[in-house]
Amino acid sequence: MKVTIQETEAAVIAAIEGSIDSKTAPDLQQSILPVINDRNKMVLDLTEVTFVSSAGLRVLLMVYRQLKSKDGKVFLVGVSDEIKDVMFMTGFITFFEITSTLEEALASN
Amino acid sequence: MAEYDLRIDYYPTHELQGIEYRRGHVLPFGATMVPNGVNFSVYSSASTSCSLVMFERGEPLPFAEIPFPEEFRIGNAYCMIVFDLDFESLEYGYRMDGPHDPANGHRFDNSKILSDPYAKAIGGRDTWMASPDWDNIYPFRSRLVFEDFDWEHDRPLQIPIEDLVIYEMHVRSFTMHPSSGAKYKGTFAGIREKIPYLKELGINCVELMPIYEFDEWEHSKLHSDTGQQLVNYWGYSTLNFFSPKAGYAASGKLGMQVDELKTLIKDLHSNGIEVFLDVVFNHTAEGDHRGPTISFKGIDNKTYYMLTPEGYYFNFSGTGNTLNCNNPVVRNMVLDCLRYWASEYHIDGFRFDLAAILGRAPDGSPLNNPPLLESLAFDPVLAKCKLIAEAWDAGGLYQVGNFPAYGRWAEWNGKYRDHIRQYLKGDAGRVGHLAQAIQGSPWLYPTRGTTAGINFITCHDGFTLYDLFAYNEKHNQANGENGNDGCNDNESWNCGCEGECDDTEINALRYRQIKNALTILLVSQGVPMIYMGDEMGRTQHGNNNTYCHDNELNWLNWALKDKNADLFAFARHMIVFRKAHPVLRNRDHFTYSDYKNTGFADITFHGANPYQADFSEGSRVFACMLNGQYAKNGAETDDHIYIATNSYWDAVVLELPQLPGGMHWHTSVNTGMPNGASYFDLGQEPVVEHPKHFILGPRSAIVLIGK
Repeated sequence: MKVTIQETEAAVIAAIEGSIDSKTAPDLQQSILPVINDRNKMVLDLTEVTFVSSAGLRVLLMVYRQLKSKDGKVFLVGVSDEIKDVMFMTGFITFFEITSTLEEALASN
Repeated sequence: MAEYDLRIDYYPTHELQGIEYRRGHVLPFGATMVPNGVNFSVYSSASTSCSLVMFERGEPLPFAEIPFPEEFRIGNAYCMIVFDLDFESLEYGYRMDGPHDPANGHRFDNSKILSDPYAKAIGGRDTWMASPDWDNIYPFRSRLVFEDFDWEHDRPLQIPIEDLVIYEMHVRSFTMHPSSGAKYKGTFAGIREKIPYLKELGINCVELMPIYEFDEWEHSKLHSDTGQQLVNYWGYSTLNFFSPKAGYAASGKLGMQVDELKTLIKDLHSNGIEVFLDVVFNHTAEGDHRGPTISFKGIDNKTYYMLTPEGYYFNFSGTGNTLNCNNPVVRNMVLDCLRYWASEYHIDGFRFDLAAILGRAPDGSPLNNPPLLESLAFDPVLAKCKLIAEAWDAGGLYQVGNFPAYGRWAEWNGKYRDHIRQYLKGDAGRVGHLAQAIQGSPWLYPTRGTTAGINFITCHDGFTLYDLFAYNEKHNQANGENGNDGCNDNESWNCGCEGECDDTEINALRYRQIKNALTILLVSQGVPMIYMGDEMGRTQHGNNNTYCHDNELNWLNWALKDKNADLFAFARHMIVFRKAHPVLRNRDHFTYSDYKNTGFADITFHGANPYQADFSEGSRVFACMLNGQYAKNGAETDDHIYIATNSYWDAVVLELPQLPGGMHWHTSVNTGMPNGASYFDLGQEPVVEHPKHFILGPRSAIVLIGK
């Protein structure tokens, strides 16, 4: 798993690669949570994510909770059908704004 | 985190095969995530030693086996914290050593790896009917789950029980049929897709047939004639009481069944629908002395099972063994389990399968004051949950009407089912029974009120409502038991032809009888329960015990909703009608008096003539009037409601009771109307033109409102 953080005026963008599971979730959490600070828009680019386990979904939810406490939003970009399916079945999908492209996410409120 | 790190029990004291561990905490039992590790605790009174066996998910062999040092055993519990485990990929079990002495109740077998009775998920049957590895040294593996589900504002709904309309359903059967149109067929997520349907029907409670982890392959076989695969489809055979069935989750293969089920419950709640579980605490999947050793048998046989003096298994459940639920240790496990489901899963109520067993002492005798039932009734966590007993068992203990209730247990009213069936098929001498049933069975529950009884005419056991009027006899050949299984006293009537036929009159009569049944069910005081699919005429082709079929005998065919659109609309109307009229939903029994001086008693009984009810042997006509001034036992005001039923083959002429000045009778339901329309929407009810000459059709029911 690899995370690339990019901070723009509009949002914090985190592009994630690989598998988000119980082995990688702590690293992901540590990379993302500190950069949220007082920002209220986070974009998680999951285009290169191959798998999200139960523990992985919980990191995404934790990011959501952080943003929610600041009236912010979390956008997910490039979510594969498979991961979208899992997020629907387990209900996690309801917490996030899903867009197909990064541009769309950045343009949305 | 800093202050936590100061605690010394977050650091190991022992090491074996590269695994670090230390003494654990005795409570809670099971495997619990703690900082830096997992706390394991398991009870066993008679074992001599125990080891913790750990696997990487799906691997055939364990990566470590750690014996519990003697000093890790407090009382009869072994406890240990193991550090740096990957709780997502961990599978664990226990190996117990001790005497193998069946005559004295001990069946320890150190060649077996045992599931944790308190495991929160079980691996091994992750995908429904996936071929198991029969040589697996540990087929049903304990797993950990995340218990941090985000419920937001959800909590159990606490709808008054008398306001419920329960819908009994099987998770897989509900959406497995290709016609369901669901994306996630046969799963919790599939039910979620169908919430709009449940809302359309109007029910406000689903009762899920067993969802505790079971083995669909248990006693599986091929039918000797047809070669068809027969399985443990209904799942009344529990492997573990704390784990939801993974094979019922679309995400089960990823180990996410807990989140999927919780999401379903949360969404049902947000749509105003409560969730009941059908729980099977009377026996386990380990069978009798010939059955497998999976968990309880190898951990503490003598504690968990009722044993004969010779050490064999009592079989009050009819399935091989009987859980020893009034043993204090087992009683606590049951209590822990229900508290877990109520608090972690927000379950609204529980229906206890063969609950009479829960009132038996360890030697099998019925107890006067069963401690388990009392504990459940007074438990602080379960205080708002509905508790419903199937008040009989397979050992002959029949307690309908006298199940130890402690002021809150309700019962499946088996007498209601039998009496309504007998009346509908035209048996003589049943009008008195019907009168009792419609009032909420005061003869059975004189001091417990109407809500002691769950009224039902059909359930998973026995015929569907359509089959009740299409078959005289059960047709269970497909079950592979030479037709010996399933009950014989179905109280059914085929209306003139056994099974499917082309006779228009017979078919019309069948659907009228279904409507008559739904009418009586939904105007009766007490709590109505509908069996999945009866609202659209589901058939099991005369099979009254479809426990073993993973096929169209059980799957709900959604095309029936269009085919029998008229019936579906009727069922929906009856539910709407019940919800609109509080006079149908009293908690206390009628008083037969007019203590508010309204001009009528709260309920009055009638026949062909007003106030002349005929309860004689030859009578098949019954009518009653509910006084709207006594709705909700006088707390609310409603219309007057007049209900009349006729199970005679010919029409009868009724004279309706007179209403107070200015009021008129209006027709809400008339199943005998010749033009086919058998109900009128709320607010659209036409005035009855000839209240002195109302023709009640043959085998028909009417519901009128006076306003």
